[in-house]
Amino acid sequence: MKHRYMPMTTADREEMLKVIGVDSVDELFEAIPEEVRFKGEYNIKQAKSESSLTKELSKLAAKNADSQRYASFLGAGVYDHYKPIIVDHVISRSEFYTAYTPYQPEISQGELQAIFEFQTMICELTGMEIANSSMYDGGTALAEAGTLAAGHTRKKKILISETVHPESRDVVLTYAKGQSIEVVTVPQRDGVTDIEQLQELLDENTAAVLVQYPNFFGQIEDIEKIGKLTHAVKGLFVVSSNPLALGVLTPPGKLGADITVGDAQPFGIPESFGGPHCGYFAVTKKLMRKLPGRLVGETVDEDGKRGYVLTLQAREQHIRRDKATSNICSNQALNALAASVAMTALGKVGAQEIAYQNIVKTRYAKEAFENAGFDVVFNGAHFNEIVVNVKKSVKEVNQYLFANDIIGGYDLGLKFENLENHALIAITELRTKEEIDALVQHTAAIVQETEALNA
Amino acid sequence: MRNEDQSLIFEITKEGRIGYSLPELDVPELDLDELLPAGYHREEAAELPEVSELDIMRHYTALSKRNHGIDSGFYPLGSCTMKYNPKINESVARYPGFANIHPLQDESTVQGAMELMYDLQEHLVEITGMDEITLQPAAGAHGEWTALMMIRAFHEANGDFHRTKVIVPDSAHGTNPASATVAGYDTITVKSDERGLVDLEDLKRVVGDDTAALMLTNPNTLGLFEDDIVKMAEIVHGVGGKLYYDGANLNAVMSKARPGDMGFDAVHLNLHKTFTGPHGGGGPGSGPVGVHKDLIPFLPAPVLVKKDDKFTFDYDRPQAIGRVKPFYGNFGINVRAYTYIRSMGPDGLKAVTENAVLNANYMMRRLEPYFDLPYNQHCKHEFVLSGRRQKKLGVRTLDIAKRLLDFGYHPPTIYFPLNVEEGMMIEPTETESKETLDSFIDAMIQIAKEVEDNPEIVQTAPHTTVIKRLDETRAARQPVLRYSKD
Repeated sequence: MKHRYMPMTTADREEMLKVIGVDSVDELFEAIPEEVRFKGEYNIKQAKSESSLTKELSKLAAKNADSQRYASFLGAGVYDHYKPIIVDHVISRSEFYTAYTPYQPEISQGELQAIFEFQTMICELTGMEIANSSMYDGGTALAEAGTLAAGHTRKKKILISETVHPESRDVVLTYAKGQSIEVVTVPQRDGVTDIEQLQELLDENTAAVLVQYPNFFGQIEDIEKIGKLTHAVKGLFVVSSNPLALGVLTPPGKLGADITVGDAQPFGIPESFGGPHCGYFAVTKKLMRKLPGRLVGETVDEDGKRGYVLTLQAREQHIRRDKATSNICSNQALNALAASVAMTALGKVGAQEIAYQNIVKTRYAKEAFENAGFDVVFNGAHFNEIVVNVKKSVKEVNQYLFANDIIGGYDLGLKFENLENHALIAITELRTKEEIDALVQHTAAIVQETEALNA
Repeated sequence: MRNEDQSLIFEITKEGRIGYSLPELDVPELDLDELLPAGYHREEAAELPEVSELDIMRHYTALSKRNHGIDSGFYPLGSCTMKYNPKINESVARYPGFANIHPLQDESTVQGAMELMYDLQEHLVEITGMDEITLQPAAGAHGEWTALMMIRAFHEANGDFHRTKVIVPDSAHGTNPASATVAGYDTITVKSDERGLVDLEDLKRVVGDDTAALMLTNPNTLGLFEDDIVKMAEIVHGVGGKLYYDGANLNAVMSKARPGDMGFDAVHLNLHKTFTGPHGGGGPGSGPVGVHKDLIPFLPAPVLVKKDDKFTFDYDRPQAIGRVKPFYGNFGINVRAYTYIRSMGPDGLKAVTENAVLNANYMMRRLEPYFDLPYNQHCKHEFVLSGRRQKKLGVRTLDIAKRLLDFGYHPPTIYFPLNVEEGMMIEPTETESKETLDSFIDAMIQIAKEVEDNPEIVQTAPHTTVIKRLDETRAARQPVLRYSKD
C-alpha cells in the first residue's frame, strides 16, 4: 500500500528482499508460531485522508465545551491561566518535540540546557536547592515523595492532610500499597489541617507529613508550624505546591520543606482534559541522591567549554534496575519546556503580578458572593479558590450557569461528606470583573428561583 | 572559553525588560500584606529572567539548533521507535475542544473527548487482543507498575499472599525490574540461551508457587521473536503466575501477533513510540494497559463506560487498585495516538510493521560483514550488533556512536541489552527511505574501515558538533544542577 508516512516503493522492497535473501516479507515473520499468528487485518476503522479526518475530529472536538467559549471557574488542581502565545511557538519547534531523552549530549545541548534552566526556575520559585527534570504530574510526584520519605527514614507510616487534592491522595494510597506503607489521613478543620489531630497522629514511626500549599480549598495554611511538628519526630516534611502561587507566597524551602512537589500546569500548559501536565520534584541537598527521575548537570567538554549532561544516573532504572530510586523513565520534558517558556515570559516581575492578580480577583469574588448573601466558608487567607455554600445542589447550579456560558465550580459534595451544596470556585487572572459579576448574579438568580418555588 | 558558550537565559536578563502581557486588572488594588498571614508574603522575589519576547524566541531558537530530533535527521535509537511524528496529530491535539477542556467538567459537556477515549480503547483492544484497556497510566514504566499492582490485587483477591517474585529476562528493559520493586516485588532474572531467547530450562527452574508474574518483551530487546512463547505461557500459568507483555516493541508485530493471542494477561503500550506520541525530548508519553478478563475488576478507577449512547466514568469499582494518576491519563497524547491510528487504518498498521521489519533486516544484512552479529536469525523491528571486533582494535562502541554524530546521525542505543558485549541496538522504523538507510550504512562501513586504518579519528570523535565529549565524571562528582549568579 502507499501511505504518506512510508516511503518504501515496490522496487525498493524487491531490492531489499534480495539483499536479505528472502522471497517475501512474510518469511521474516516465520518465527511467529502458527498457532498465535494473527491473520489478515485488524477489525478497526478504515484509514481516512488528512482532510476528512480533520473534519471528523474537529466536529468531535466541538462537542466539548471549552474554556475559550465558556468562562470557566473550575480549578481544583487544573487552571485556566494566561498562556503566553510564544509558548506554543517554542514547543512546536520540532528539534525539541521530535527528539527523545538526551542520551547523546553533543547533539542534545538544546534540550539539556532548557531542562537545566527549568531546574533553576523551579528552585527559585520553591526555595529548594535541587529540582529534577520533571515527573508525570503533581499527584504522582507527591506519591513518589511519600515513598522517598519512607525509604529515606526507614519508617512505614505517612500522614497526609485531608486538605490535599483528593485525587492526589488516592494516588498516594496506591503507590503506598505497593511499598506496604501505611497512609493516615489527617482531618481538616475550617478548611485547614487540624493541628490538634495532627499532633495526636504524629509519632516516631512517622516517615513524612504531606500537605498542600495553597491547599485544595484554596487556603493558605500555617505550614511552617506543621513542618516543625514533623521535624520534631524526625519525619520529612513534604509540601505540594502550586508554583504559580509562589510568585508571592513565601516558598516552601523557607518554611521547612524537605521535599516540594507540584504541577507546573499553571505555567503555559493547557488543561487538556487532565493531562499531560508537568509534575516537578524539588529537594534539599541532603536528599539529592534519593531523587527520582532525570537530572541535568553542568560540566565542561574536552576543550573546557561549558555544557550539560544527564547526571547522577546511578539512581535511575536503566543503571540500577531493581535498586533504582524510582521506575520513572519517560517524563514530561516537552511540558517542562513549555513551563520554562511561560516562567521566562512572566519573568521576575510577571510572576509576582500574575499571582497578585489571582489573589485580588478572588478576594473581589469572595466579597461579591458575600454581598449577594452567600456564605463563603473557611475564613483563612486564600490564593485563587474559595468555597461557597450555594444553598442547593452544585450540579443544578452548574447546569443553570452552563446555559449562561459559564462553567461553574467543583462540587465538593462529591468528595467531602460535610460539604454538600458547596462549590470550590477558582478565579484566575483571566476571569474578568464582568464574568465574576455574572457568576454571582446567575448563582443568586437560580437560588432565588428555587427558594421562590419552595415558598 | 566562556564567551563561546551558549548563554543561559539568566545571563541575558536585564532589569526592566518584560516578556508578558497580562490582562488589565479590573478589580480594586489591595495590599497583599493585609491579605496574607504574617510570614507568608514572599520577601525576596524568585529570580526568574527579565527578557523581551524576542529575547525568548532567539534564545530557544538557538537552543533548538543545538538539538537533534527526528525532523533533523535519522534517529535509529533502538527500542525507542523514533518514527516520523505526523503533523496532523499536533494540529488535532490543539483543537480548543481537546486542549482547553477541564477534567472535572460535567460529563455532559465533554462527551466528544470521552467518545474519543472510548473509541481509542476499542481500537487498542483489537490491536492487542486483550479484553479491556485503561488509558490512565502516563508512560510505559507507569503502565508496567499499574499492571503489576493489578496482578498483585488479583493474587491477593484469591487469598494468595505468597507470590513475592517477578521474573524478568536478562535482556529486559531496566524499567521492568524497577517497576517490580515499586510494586513491592523481588526480581528474579531468567537467562537467555544461545539463540538470544529465554532459556526454557532456566525458566522452569526459577518459576514456582511464589511467582507473581513473568515480564516479557516480544520481540525481545535483541529484536528476536520468542518463538517458545506458548510453552512459556504454559509454564508460567502452570504455577499460577501471570504473563506480562512490555509493549515497547509492538511496532514489530502489529497485525502479525497479538499479546492476547500469545497468552499474555496484561500488556502496556507506549503510545509515544508505536503510535507517534511524539517523544517530546523525553516525554510526555502515554502508557495504556490492556488486560485479560480475569484482571478487569482490578483496573484503576474510574473506568470509562458507554451507557445508552452516553459515555460515563464508572467509579463504583470495589476491587480497583485505586488511582494511578489524577484524572484520566495523558489525554493530549492519546488524542495524537488516536489520530495516528485513524490515519493508518488496518492496512496501514499492517504495512507499518512489515516495512519496519523489512528495514531492520535489510540494515542488519548489509552491516553484518563489518560488525559482529551475535544472533543471526531474521530480526523483527530492530537488531543488535556487537562492537567487540572493533574493541580489539582499541575502539569502543561509545566511540563509534560519537563518530556517527559527525555524519549527522543520532546513534543507536548503546551498551544495551546487557547480554551483548559492546552492543549497538538499531531500530530504523518504517518511515525511513532506502536512501536514508543506505547513507547510514555507508557511514557505518566507513567507520568500520576507519577503526582499522585510522582509529584515532573515531576515538576522538565527534569533530563537528557544537561541543565535544563532556566530562560526565565531573558532572557527577561536583554536581552543578542549577544556575547561580556567582
